Amino acid sequence: MENVNPFVILFASIFTSNMILANFLGMCSFIAVSKEIKTSLGLGQAVTFVLTGTTIINYLVYHHVLVPFGLEYLRFIVFIITIAAFVQLVEMVVERYLPNLYYSLGIFLPLITVNCAILGVSLFMVIRDYTFIQSVAFGFGSGLGWLLAILAMSGIRQKIKKAPIPKGLEGAGITLFITGLMALAFIGFSGIVQIQ
Amino acid sequence: MSKKTKRIFQLGILNDNPVFRQILGICSALAVTNLMINSLVMGIGLIFVTALSSFTVSVLRKHTPRHIRMMVQTLIISAYVIIVDIVLKAYYPSMSDALGPYVGLIITNCIIMGRCESYAQNNPPSLAFLDGIASGLGYTFVLLLIAFFRELLGFGSIFGITVMGAWWPRWIFMIMPPGAFFMLGILIWVMNSLVPSEEKETSVAGGAN
Repeated sequence: MENVNPFVILFASIFTSNMILANFLGMCSFIAVSKEIKTSLGLGQAVTFVLTGTTIINYLVYHHVLVPFGLEYLRFIVFIITIAAFVQLVEMVVERYLPNLYYSLGIFLPLITVNCAILGVSLFMVIRDYTFIQSVAFGFGSGLGWLLAILAMSGIRQKIKKAPIPKGLEGAGITLFITGLMALAFIGFSGIVQIQ
Repeated sequence: MSKKTKRIFQLGILNDNPVFRQILGICSALAVTNLMINSLVMGIGLIFVTALSSFTVSVLRKHTPRHIRMMVQTLIISAYVIIVDIVLKAYYPSMSDALGPYVGLIITNCIIMGRCESYAQNNPPSLAFLDGIASGLGYTFVLLLIAFFRELLGFGSIFGITVMGAWWPRWIFMIMPPGAFFMLGILIWVMNSLVPSEEKETSVAGGAN
């Protein structure tokens, strides 16, 4: 992965390798929170911020602490601790300086800790052997891709609020169908660039 | 099997199924279900982690300070996930490659955290252990169901054994991400129509009492 341009990674992680639509990560909050555009925007921004931050910290910790000491197998525990600590920090800052955002996000800010997209990006970064700059591009791009997907979804869901949907399909069912259609549309991008 | 155990399994596998009823842990349910064998290994891994972390959380529940319990639970879960990861790498490296980061992502599988938080925290270890197994089985059941259709339609095979013959046009769409979303959507639809919701049931029972 040495020779891939970081911009290619940034673009690919937003469109072709979108965290939700191609890797299925962060689905729980994606389905639960995408009812309103305002909250999705807040959560999407929080995810982008936390993703970028934790990817940077996890890269440094993995390559400068875990690898030199041969402790790679501990990465799950170390990554999740980093993420939890980072989210705790963000939560305190948001509560102090942006109380409105804090109340609109409510329970979802602490839930970012267990948003699999955050841990997933750090694990992908290790598996794909990204360099530092590539990891930053990957983390930031994945966050933007997540934000894009949840915003699009909440827009669609607000539009179909009054549509007659079969009883058993309401909520999660119809959301999954729309996600499938969105994933189909995004596959169209995969001819441009791909990262695996 | 006592009545209580039966009830735990019925809730975990059918009426309160973590995947199609509570919409939890669907990330990995979508990602690994393109092949039956991947789903089976993932399911077994998840049953192991859910059962043992529920058990451990329940054993330690009286000694865990309330405000750091999430942290403790996460650490317990990660410890078991590391065991699964190392065992897979050692004895089944090809499977470990195929599952990629999704083994590690068992940590953030909301089913496990959810069971620890809502059941193991307030119940004795033996019941928590059974509850973990039941939720894990419910998850595995749904995974295998989705994987059955995706592998059958996409590759024309089941567990890698070709069953559809050469006349079957490989429906690659089912292997790709959209196929997974549609499959789970259909499953939720069917299950919501077939299996009565637990809330409705209890309110009826409450009325009868």
